[in-house]
Amino acid sequence: MRIALFVTCFNDTLYPSTGRAVVRVLERLGHCVDFPQEQTCCGQMHFNTGYRSAALPLVRRFADTFAEYDAVVTPSASCAGMVRDNHPALAERYAPPALQQQIAELAPKVHEFTEFLTDVLGVTDVGAHFPHKVAYHPTCHSLRGLRLGDRPERLLRAVHGLELLHLRAPEECCGFGGTFAMKNADTSAAILADKTADVTATAPDVLCAADNSCLLQIGGGLSQQGSDVRTLHLAEILAATEGDPR
Amino acid sequence: MKDDHGLVWLGTPAFPQAARTALADTRLRANLKRATTTIRDKRLEAVAELDDWEQLRDAGAALKTRTLRHLDHHLERLEASVTAAGGTVHWAADATEANRIVADLVHAAGEREVVKVKSMATQEIGLNEALAEAGITAYETDLAELIVQLGDDRPSHILVPAIHRSRAEIREIFEREMGRWGRPAPDGLGDDPRALADAARLHLREKFLRAKVAVSGANFACADTGTVVVVESEGNGRMCLTLPATLITVMGIEKVVPTFADLEVFLQLLPRSSTGERMNPYTSMWTGTTPGDGPRDFHLVLLDNGRTATLRDTVGRQALACIRCSACLNVCPVYERTGGHAYGSVYPGPIGAVLTPQLVGAQHAASLPFASTLCGACYDACPVKINIPEVLAHLRAEVVEAKARDRRLPTPEALAMKAAAAVLASPGRLAAAQRAAALGGRLLARNGRIGRLPGPLRGWTDSRDTPQPPAETFRTWWRNNRKQP
Repeated sequence: MRIALFVTCFNDTLYPSTGRAVVRVLERLGHCVDFPQEQTCCGQMHFNTGYRSAALPLVRRFADTFAEYDAVVTPSASCAGMVRDNHPALAERYAPPALQQQIAELAPKVHEFTEFLTDVLGVTDVGAHFPHKVAYHPTCHSLRGLRLGDRPERLLRAVHGLELLHLRAPEECCGFGGTFAMKNADTSAAILADKTADVTATAPDVLCAADNSCLLQIGGGLSQQGSDVRTLHLAEILAATEGDPR
Repeated sequence: MKDDHGLVWLGTPAFPQAARTALADTRLRANLKRATTTIRDKRLEAVAELDDWEQLRDAGAALKTRTLRHLDHHLERLEASVTAAGGTVHWAADATEANRIVADLVHAAGEREVVKVKSMATQEIGLNEALAEAGITAYETDLAELIVQLGDDRPSHILVPAIHRSRAEIREIFEREMGRWGRPAPDGLGDDPRALADAARLHLREKFLRAKVAVSGANFACADTGTVVVVESEGNGRMCLTLPATLITVMGIEKVVPTFADLEVFLQLLPRSSTGERMNPYTSMWTGTTPGDGPRDFHLVLLDNGRTATLRDTVGRQALACIRCSACLNVCPVYERTGGHAYGSVYPGPIGAVLTPQLVGAQHAASLPFASTLCGACYDACPVKINIPEVLAHLRAEVVEAKARDRRLPTPEALAMKAAAAVLASPGRLAAAQRAAALGGRLLARNGRIGRLPGPLRGWTDSRDTPQPPAETFRTWWRNNRKQP
């Protein structure tokens, strides 16, 4: 199986350790991954902010970059959702038939990381060791977009030494919403305040999620409040071992 | 205030500014949080009781989609059925026309006052204000709507218009205002729900018994029988629908359902989604007029007011499937913090953010499609599966494209998006931008984090730190560690 890693522009720039963690886990499980250098961005920010025509070249680039692979893995539920749901919809409206076809064939091969581990590779114990108290925040795109269900928790429960704590209101949005956090900064901050209060009350060592964008928001809020709760992408917990702790 | 578009629309300030006012009101936020959390939990319980909830939602969505596709046909059938049953049908293209029809009918009945069942359609067209201009007083009889009317306020929620008011505030409004509108509040009025409801009952009963004309909305109207349906919780609707001699119903044209049997689906979906009840306490149905029973004269005003224009948009038209249950408001993280007034429209929350811009034209309600985190909770809660996030993203594009057409110079946001697109169009340019970000981050960061910044980033940095971009991107790491030479 030829596996390509789509690391997302956001992770590439701000959270490269997440990409490295995905590589480490997949290689530990005996798979070879490739990172096609031509990749940039799925176009989610442009699409969700109303700049559909600016998203189109990015959709085309994504389709060309990943066409040759059997599977595309990405550590972002929201970018996976963008590619799987919105690329075909955009193509149907604006792209020529050949590209539409190419995108329709590629979209189902794109997997969010935890989905790829559980559904495609069929593993829940990835040989990780992480002796800390961890709470999982299901991001809106993993929860209601991709319907990841309990896949992330199944993976976390199989991590050696890990104690899984539960947030009081896990399903509530953190208030990030991409450009929403800038356009409606006050409302975004008000939603965030409730989320950080929930995290603080749960008191984990680490809060994790399947999207670094939401963790940027929650972690940023916690940091400003002087909280010592760390935020980590779930992949980094799965990558940790006794010999290589995080 | 009503604008040229015929929809009661406050319009300014835009959502972000209006939200700021609401967010600063701690009492409002506490009221909203308590109310939405309670009703949200209740809805989940009521929905969980039905094994076939998902099939019901599918059935509701399919019925609405099919009806909207042949709306003209069903409306003509409705007109024929209502007429055959002894009612009169009026067609109103916009708010002005609908308001004139109602005022003329009240004058023709020789009356100067009407009692009203709570109705979103008449809120939408500003009927009460239009009637006042025509010398007619409209009395709201729904408890929450009465609170809003007495308080000279605006509704803040589709189902619970006074959701933003606490009991203490309601007691104070009753004591201060009831006397001006009719029977005053009893002396020593307490603020427990029973005392407040009793005061409202005494106040309203006088109006029910005196009124000769009633105005209602409609939840559904069956094309095959001409039956009109109103569901409510307090019995005030039944009073209005049965006691007066003349009944005038104003309904949006999208409320028609093909057959009486279709009510089976919607009367299960609506109460569970809206109040979290298996069935609402009062469901009133009437078909034309019946000698010796109920109103002698029945008028149905079919209101367009932007609906056929909305129907032309193949993505956006699904908003017309809305049955006004307000489940989307109660699960919305944005609505929960800002309340309904911030939306500047009679239709607040997620459904308002997609319906209002379509009814008035996206460029006139430009901030509303952006008043959402696209979290998707509204789509999950919607009993007729309106894909609100999809319509929001669609309308955002309409707003951006309308702005690009109307302005000679692009907005700063459009320039930023264009610049971002140029960077993301090539891996080389992205890498260069990443190097610049890492350098900038190093200059701004303290202890690995970037704190409060001035300028356009203030909104973000006021409540969140930002991690310092690492010196080595993933791209560079890969090239140095994994790439085959």
